[in-house]
Amino acid sequence: MAVIEVRNLVKNYGTIEAVKGISFNVSAGEIFGLIGPNGAGKTTTLRVISTLLTITSGSVKIMDYDLSKKPGEIRKIISYLPEDAGAYKNLSGKAYLEFIANFFEQGKKQQMVSKGIEISDLDERINDKVDTYSKGMKRRLLVGRALMTEPKLAILDEPTAGLDVNNAQEIRRLVKDIAKKGTTILLSSHNMLEVEFLCDRIALISDGIIIEEGTPKNLMEKYNAKNIEEVFTKVVK
Amino acid sequence: MSSFGNIVKKEIKELLTPATIIPIFVIAIIFGSIGTSMEGIQEEFEEIPTVGYINEDNSSFSNIFTSYLENNSEVVFNSTDINEKEEGLEQVKEKEGNVLIIIKQNFSENILKDIPGKIDLYWIMKGAGIFDTISSEVVEKLISAGTREISKNIIETNTTVNATIALNPTSRIDTTFFKDREIGLSPGTIAGMLASQSTFIPIIIMMLIIFSGQMIISSMALEKENKTLETLLTLPVKRTSIVAGKITASAIIGLLFAVVYMSGMSVYFQGFQFSEQINIAQYGLTLTSGEFILIGISLFLTLICALALSMLLGTFAKNYKSAQTLHFPIVMFAMIPMFATMFVDFDTLPLALKSIIFAIPFSHPMMAPRALLFNDYTLVISGIIYTSIFAIVTISIIVWVFKTDRLLTGSVRKKRLLKFKRQR
Repeated sequence: MAVIEVRNLVKNYGTIEAVKGISFNVSAGEIFGLIGPNGAGKTTTLRVISTLLTITSGSVKIMDYDLSKKPGEIRKIISYLPEDAGAYKNLSGKAYLEFIANFFEQGKKQQMVSKGIEISDLDERINDKVDTYSKGMKRRLLVGRALMTEPKLAILDEPTAGLDVNNAQEIRRLVKDIAKKGTTILLSSHNMLEVEFLCDRIALISDGIIIEEGTPKNLMEKYNAKNIEEVFTKVVK
Repeated sequence: MSSFGNIVKKEIKELLTPATIIPIFVIAIIFGSIGTSMEGIQEEFEEIPTVGYINEDNSSFSNIFTSYLENNSEVVFNSTDINEKEEGLEQVKEKEGNVLIIIKQNFSENILKDIPGKIDLYWIMKGAGIFDTISSEVVEKLISAGTREISKNIIETNTTVNATIALNPTSRIDTTFFKDREIGLSPGTIAGMLASQSTFIPIIIMMLIIFSGQMIISSMALEKENKTLETLLTLPVKRTSIVAGKITASAIIGLLFAVVYMSGMSVYFQGFQFSEQINIAQYGLTLTSGEFILIGISLFLTLICALALSMLLGTFAKNYKSAQTLHFPIVMFAMIPMFATMFVDFDTLPLALKSIIFAIPFSHPMMAPRALLFNDYTLVISGIIYTSIFAIVTISIIVWVFKTDRLLTGSVRKKRLLKFKRQR
């Protein structure tokens, strides 16, 4: 079953065409990566799918919910982690997780917060104000926030941005684990090693158009490349 | 370019932003307007007052007084017959005069017997603002000068009159017609009594609006600056709940601030009340509990309007700095009715200004207490209806903005869009 069905998606900002009619499907439990140069349309696509931006034309369905008609229903089953997301500075990490959990099913609130604390792995610092956190700590808190709700679809924009090698590896492991448990992941990344390691399938997007799509292995074979970075440079050139 | 010049150029570019330029221009305009108003006050002080009189006594001293009036004011009615009092009042009202002066019988005879000559003053009061009472101040000066003429004559010709009476030869009874009421006080005293409505309440409301507005605009700006808004908008929460939640929280904090400020300000104002206290209730100028509820409703709705308008402006804020610029219209809209309420009465304004003041939703609770003291329910209730509509429309626009891309993409100007696209 397709969790995401994108058909001829067009997104314009005034006269600027950011996304020019892309189509792709993502199946349940799949990790799908959108990769491309700056300004290619990755973040716009993720923002549209996460109900933040309206569609100019085309259609997007999430678990059979039409994004234009049922954004409220979609918000119940997705979780979006923006690239440069922040948290409320005057709240402690724990209070922030509790604030987010309050928007979901009340019976699961405590379970969600515990899960968020576990993913964040901030130990006692979880009780400190977000304002006192390092960039890496904030990012871990936000990843914890995004994954603690066990969403049907997690949309992660540069999930390891700003993290050191160890923290980035830990987050990648978490993403893999959560996908194994049935959560579908749509992510974008500039880190080709990350994409290669994490994604079941990838789409290369450039200037608002998907120019290549497939499994990392197939793409590397097709372009006779040693890794996805090489595929990327050959395709985007 | 030298290093020094390079730094100066950069600093000027950084400092000369709309956030710094607009307030300076607006402050200049405000001071200009105040200066123009002050010129208006001076002109009003120099204007010849319009009066009417009935010289019931028609004798030497009373004639000295009326001669002075004839020479130094525009007399629109004069008579010697007390039965023409109503007609005199009508004439004064019609000609937009200030007072009908009645010099009572036995005026001169009493003075010569060391009894002050009696004068009845029937004032036509148009408004209770600071500017509104200027004309009555001018008439007060005229009456004092006329009385002084009598004193001079007594001193020159009647050495037998007691010195105290010679210096203060008249006694007066004031009656003021104001907003369909007859009050046994002079306009100056009434304006003094209503000073708390004229100054204290508008200042408190202005502060409440500015602080609450500042809070919600900053909240929106910080949501954008700290990048928390995007997360919030993807959570399973209705846009109306986000808008209502933010407005309610700011309203609670704003009201809390208002109570604290009100307490401080009341102590401050009490410090200035040295003179004898006149009980406002003695003249029927009291508010019933129902009227207090109306004021409360008006204040609450205005607060909602202020918060909604601030939030709408806040949706355009890119960061905390730009929020300060966007807050400026709220400050202006709070200050205009505050000054208007302090200086003039709504009823005395020209139609165009009346429309502007009415259209600013923050004016209504500032005007409500005085209006209700004089049973002007139409103004207060129409204000409540207007602010309700204003609040509903503004909140609907905010909810609409929250459902569009504008909240995240901001301005759709081409240059910025290109920049936005490059950032993706």
